Amino acid sequence: MPAIKALPAYLRDIQEEVEGYAKNFGLDFFPIVYEVLDYKTMNEVAAYGGFPTRYPHWRFGMDYEQLSKSYEWGLSKIYEMVINTNPAYAYLLEGNSTTDQKIVMAHVCAHVDFFKHNYYFSKTNRKMIDGMANHASRVRRHMARWGQDVVEDFVDTCLSLENLIDPMSAYIVRSRPPKTPEERDDDEAEPQVGRLRAKGYMDSFINPPSYLEAQKKKKEEEAKKAKRRFPEQPQRDVMQFLIEHAPLDHWQRDVLEIVRDEAYYFAPQAMTKIMNEGWATYWHSKILTEKALTAAEVIDYADACSGVLATSPGRLNPYKLGVELLRNIEDRWNKGQYGKEWDECDSMEQKRNWDRRTGLGRQKIFEVRKLYNDITFLDEFFTLEFCIEQKFYTFGFQERSGNWEIMSREFKKVKDQLLKMLTNRGQPTILVEDGNFENRSELLLRHVHEGTDLDAGQARDTLRNAAKVWTRPVSLLTKVEGKGKLLRCEDGNISERSAEYA
Amino acid sequence: MSQKIDLDHGRFRQIIRGKIKQNLRKYISQGEMIAKKGKDTVAIPIPSVDIPHFKHGDKQQGGVGQGEGEPGDSLGQGKDGDQPGQGHQAGDRPGDHLLDIEVSLQELAEIMGEELALPRIQPKGTEKIVAWKDKYSGIRTTGPESLRHFRRTFRQAIRRQVAMGTYDAKNPIIIPIREDKRYRSWRSEPLPQSNAVIIYMMDVSGSMGDEQKEIVRIESFWIDTWLRSQYHGIESRYIIHDAMAKEVDRDTFFKTRESGGTMISSAYKLCAKMIDDEYPSDLWNIYPFHFSDGDNWSVDDTHTCVELLKKDVLPYVNLFSYGQVESPYGSGQFIKDLTEHFDEDERVVTSEIKGKDAIMDSIKEFLGKGK
Repeated sequence: MPAIKALPAYLRDIQEEVEGYAKNFGLDFFPIVYEVLDYKTMNEVAAYGGFPTRYPHWRFGMDYEQLSKSYEWGLSKIYEMVINTNPAYAYLLEGNSTTDQKIVMAHVCAHVDFFKHNYYFSKTNRKMIDGMANHASRVRRHMARWGQDVVEDFVDTCLSLENLIDPMSAYIVRSRPPKTPEERDDDEAEPQVGRLRAKGYMDSFINPPSYLEAQKKKKEEEAKKAKRRFPEQPQRDVMQFLIEHAPLDHWQRDVLEIVRDEAYYFAPQAMTKIMNEGWATYWHSKILTEKALTAAEVIDYADACSGVLATSPGRLNPYKLGVELLRNIEDRWNKGQYGKEWDECDSMEQKRNWDRRTGLGRQKIFEVRKLYNDITFLDEFFTLEFCIEQKFYTFGFQERSGNWEIMSREFKKVKDQLLKMLTNRGQPTILVEDGNFENRSELLLRHVHEGTDLDAGQARDTLRNAAKVWTRPVSLLTKVEGKGKLLRCEDGNISERSAEYA
Repeated sequence: MSQKIDLDHGRFRQIIRGKIKQNLRKYISQGEMIAKKGKDTVAIPIPSVDIPHFKHGDKQQGGVGQGEGEPGDSLGQGKDGDQPGQGHQAGDRPGDHLLDIEVSLQELAEIMGEELALPRIQPKGTEKIVAWKDKYSGIRTTGPESLRHFRRTFRQAIRRQVAMGTYDAKNPIIIPIREDKRYRSWRSEPLPQSNAVIIYMMDVSGSMGDEQKEIVRIESFWIDTWLRSQYHGIESRYIIHDAMAKEVDRDTFFKTRESGGTMISSAYKLCAKMIDDEYPSDLWNIYPFHFSDGDNWSVDDTHTCVELLKKDVLPYVNLFSYGQVESPYGSGQFIKDLTEHFDEDERVVTSEIKGKDAIMDSIKEFLGKGK
């Protein structure tokens, strides 16, 4: 990559110093390779999602333009970037003050520690730099062979479906492996319900036709039930389903696989955003305030930190939420504010002064960083006390005034809203319901409605893209304003009818 | 420095260009981008550049925030589908996912030129020398330290040391002395430029309504954009007239609403005077544009106009353009008179603009000659 400079000696010293402190605190991370980039290269790398090389696509150019614009206008600046690989690559912005670089390095140590130990990153490819470069050369090869426009168009189509994956599938068993033929035979062996032996003239009495008819019907029904649904269970990984079953060319399947692969690589990041940033913020502040800061740097540090932790109305700051909740957990476990007794205590007074001097805080947060993701993190530790102390509220759109307004400060509502926002990384859940819809080899998708409608316009465009991949009509069952709707896309035209949403 | 992203970025700009071209007629007739004009750029709302996904509609979704405030407090105006506190996020209306993209006026002019198949303008007359440009062109042995050529200096020093036998390859210490020093030198080069002036004239009599003026405003924006892409130094002058003509600034030009009669000759007189006083035609490319609803005061005045054009305007200008905006009050006679007198004349273009949709065709009529 151009414009990369070897890490200057003074930064290498800081790195050594900061990593020393971090290790003493118990952080355990992959080796970190820092690269100092000028802002242009920084924006480039950021547009590529932290990687030096990605497959050619205009979307990266679009992101780059937006990043560059907002940098040039002074709206935003990328301080730090680190990718989940081993060794981990992290980028420093050229021209940042030494204090800033110190903060960034401490921050990065904690991120890499998180990557290394958090369960949800355990299945990711730690050699993803090579992975991405490999993807890039595959896409380039397809472009050279089939033409840039054709391949690019198909990449667009695939990207449109990139969020239709099943991020949890890496950690659980969704479906049993298909049965072997022998097992299936055993299952399907049907009990012989034949006629009873009878003499000709007795036959209609011993084997009455009505009974035979009923038997036949019963058998047919059983056969119908036994006929496998396709897919057997509604399938959450729509992309996987398309890869396996859509009539695609070899190169198209390859592109689809690439896009899916990358979506899975980035998924844990979205699933642990709050924790990951919280963890990194917790440690950069710990390392800097307790160890690394010199007196001259305190003001700069405070300034940078206040920027990171600033909240603005109508916006959730993951850094702030994450770090405050981790500190809250540490404090509670230090004071023994957990367990049956604590949960059952009704006295606010008693709770406020509760201190059993258990001192397990540090140990607890390390455990949390290992085992939790954002949802389980908030579900378990976001308490009434924390909600009040941190002044959380829910907001919503008021049709009447045309404004976004604060709706409520009620604990239950705030927590519900938070968890709802994080469910499935904030994406709607879409399932493959039927791969042979109405017996016409059409595809039926189902939107699992969890209280929020889909963005109608985008849903239509996305459906068109799904139909492009499936090459046969694709329908989407969803709810709009409480009523079941079936959108169907055939040859790029969308039709809409009301339908039963069960 | 070239970067990998340049390819992707170039591809993105190419797509944008295609989108603009596709929707050029719409952009031209709606004039929405003029409102978003910056110094050298315009922001153009481009539909569906971004990749669609299945995602939640924003409005029902709401969110969680942190901080002071009571339930019911406003967090800011909600545009449709915009979350509060979000900046330049895509999405004005659901489904449209518009993205504001900045495009330079130069690029916009190029796109328009391609789409309307406008010929490049052949400047007339001699090219006036307007500027000298300094250009680094050589090396010399004297100069300010700030212009010292580092590499050349050391090359000279090593050459000298080798020649003198003081160079030791094992311990290559090179110390330039006074005579080794080399400096960049420059030359001033004349930069030929052709100059142009656009003289906009507009009828602001009672019969020109807001809609008519809007059309003029949009059309003149595009004419301006195109001519600016063709000339380096370009000036714009603005004349309004009813029964009398006066020169005004750009803002006034588009905002004034007068009442009263129409004497087109008054404007032509002022225009002729302007050309005579300030823009000698051997040095300037001159483009008068006149917009009116074609309802002149009297036949006599029309006659005066024709005389003025023939004698004092046409001999000096590249092109005289007359755009007639349809108005419910105007008779629309003037365009017929002009056509009658100047049908054969290459230097006169007339165009009837029936409504906003006709702006694009009108621009093509005006600028299609390449003069």
